[in-house]
Amino acid sequence: MEAATATQGTRRTGKKSDRARSERKLAWMLCAPAVIAMLIVTGYPIGYAFYLSLQKFDLRFPDDKEFVGFQNYADVLTSSTWWSDVAVTAIITVISVSIELVLGMAIALVMHRAIFGRGPVRAAILVPYGIVTVVAAFAWRYAFDPASGFMQGLPLISDTAAPLTNQTGSLIVIILAEVWKTTPFMALLLLAGLALVPDELHEAAKVDGAKAWQRFTRITLPLMRPAILVALLFRTLDAFRIFDNVFIIQPGGALGTETVSILGYNVLINRVNLGLGSAISILIFLCVILIAMFFVKVLGTSTAQQRGEV
Amino acid sequence: MRRGSRGIRTGLTAAAVAGLAVLAGCGVGGGEGGSGRTAINFYAFNEPGGSYDKAVENCNKEANGRYRISYVKLPTDANQQRELVVRRLAAEDDDIDIIGMDVIWTAEFAAAEWILPWEGEDEQAATEGKLAGPRKTVEFEDKVWGLPFTSNTQLLWYRKNEVGNVPDNITWDKLIDDAAQKPTGIEVQAAQYEGLTVLVNSLIASAGGQIVTEAGDVKVDATATRAAEILSKLGTSKAAPPGMATNKEDEARIGFEEERSFYEINYPFIYPSAEAVGKEFQDSIGWARYPRTEADQPSKPPLGGINLGISKYSETPDLAFEAAKCMASEEHQAIAAELGGLPPTTEAVYETKKVQDAYPFADLLRESIDEAAPRPVTPAYSDISLAIQKTFHPPDGLSPGSIESKLKDRIERAGEGKIY
Repeated sequence: MEAATATQGTRRTGKKSDRARSERKLAWMLCAPAVIAMLIVTGYPIGYAFYLSLQKFDLRFPDDKEFVGFQNYADVLTSSTWWSDVAVTAIITVISVSIELVLGMAIALVMHRAIFGRGPVRAAILVPYGIVTVVAAFAWRYAFDPASGFMQGLPLISDTAAPLTNQTGSLIVIILAEVWKTTPFMALLLLAGLALVPDELHEAAKVDGAKAWQRFTRITLPLMRPAILVALLFRTLDAFRIFDNVFIIQPGGALGTETVSILGYNVLINRVNLGLGSAISILIFLCVILIAMFFVKVLGTSTAQQRGEV
Repeated sequence: MRRGSRGIRTGLTAAAVAGLAVLAGCGVGGGEGGSGRTAINFYAFNEPGGSYDKAVENCNKEANGRYRISYVKLPTDANQQRELVVRRLAAEDDDIDIIGMDVIWTAEFAAAEWILPWEGEDEQAATEGKLAGPRKTVEFEDKVWGLPFTSNTQLLWYRKNEVGNVPDNITWDKLIDDAAQKPTGIEVQAAQYEGLTVLVNSLIASAGGQIVTEAGDVKVDATATRAAEILSKLGTSKAAPPGMATNKEDEARIGFEEERSFYEINYPFIYPSAEAVGKEFQDSIGWARYPRTEADQPSKPPLGGINLGISKYSETPDLAFEAAKCMASEEHQAIAAELGGLPPTTEAVYETKKVQDAYPFADLLRESIDEAAPRPVTPAYSDISLAIQKTFHPPDGLSPGSIESKLKDRIERAGEGKIY
């Protein structure tokens, strides 16, 4: 906040004082190490991936290497595999993030309101998030294994159900595993938002006769909006790049469960086709940027609205 | 709020500790195997019977300090093995000396110049006395690129006491009808992985087809439709075992051992494994040649196995060639057959008492391997295999009518280094 007013101040006068200038210089110097580190660890790989994506480059045929411009992108964007994978990824993302939001909110409320044993309750809820995804994915896969899984033995589930042998079933199991694993993360982010809601507002509303549901929808939710949007942004970006759950539960993205990340893996690691694979990576990166921009735009206007600036 | 924030802090600390543990775990991956002038690293799948360990041990003793082989064990899944080895070879890793190459890697590795050709005396050692099937798997562009160590093929296994005797010339159609009538399952490998390519390739080859010709051209014809018809018929019949679309070798073995299915298409490792279930169970197992696709054409059984290749990036290739020849000796082939259920590549080894004792079906095995259909020999093999896997999966959701054009299109695009 202070920095913002400071820059506004200098902009208004149009002339910087010596002090402001030296502070600015110091700020740049303090930022520099972080900026340089970011350039090395993220800027360089992204740039290199883009450079690779413009070439025909297969590690197995090093002699055929040549510059092909945007041919790889055209190949990917005209293939049916890419679009069906985008659809699968979108389905997994939308459904799992929606369920996580509802469940995460409920859990956050429980954590927030827990009167006794708050520490243990919170720790217990976080356990799934602490488990390595691959391990958790194996647990889900074995639970639903058509031959030896125990899920078929449970009540309400048909004894002959074999979800992992068809597309819909596999997607359901993958989404369940994803929800189970990351709902705690969602809850944690929402909990931070809940802490921002002042108790006085609730008390005042209670005095005015507002019911619990009304207080939730009229007070809690609007005030939490920034927190919710941040949580949604994080999880959507994460879910869109889903890899490990699918890789373990339906190896290789079999039975129409292939996501864009699995496609990238198959082309890059299995087919060692660096050109085509890098084009897929860059396209995934662009999708992620689009998602982020969408959320930031929504997030930006809504928080501005809240502050009464628009 | 104080207690709550402490809870979160504890949680975050725990997460950080877990993260550190993961990082520490990654560090171990570094230099597997040994190093030094006499160290030879042998990268091959983890042979659970212990026969590769035995070969390494014997050769190290014999070498008397001239070289020392370390056996770096790779995952049993063929796709994963390849990914691991390819990644290292593409990065010119000098840690690998000898590669236990799956028979399908030869053309790819040779074309990429990741492995050294076997020439002169070495070539003679690699090809002398070998069965026709395995010999074909080390040849690419008129050179020999590996030493066939162990071979493999699939037989049709069945329970004599449940289904009587099955003739060697049975067709898939008849087999599926018989099983569906019982009803009992036919265990196959139909998950979306290399095993499905093995199945499809044999179905096509047994109908007289060939996905990639000797000249390296793609040739998809009506035999692909025929293969899809059989796979689809099995997948939608009562003979389809539970989870067929996700079953690999081991799930098939378990299905057979748990009496879910009285028929099974699988490699001979299931025979020594059956002994663990019980002698009675093992004695009730019958075997027949791989089923035919067409009644009037002999079947073309699948061909698997491990060839020993020498990495181009090895710092001591001479020692590596020597060590490889020692490991693939006739004696060690017999041990691999006895302990690991891996059939020999050298014809003479089939006559030894060890193999005859271990395999009451040794002669059928030799015949199958000799007449087997290798999978396509082409540098773009893995692209083509992925295309086959994707096109023929899931077995209960195929439309045989459109498979020919679909497969042709996908293989052609994959071969050009594109996606479909």
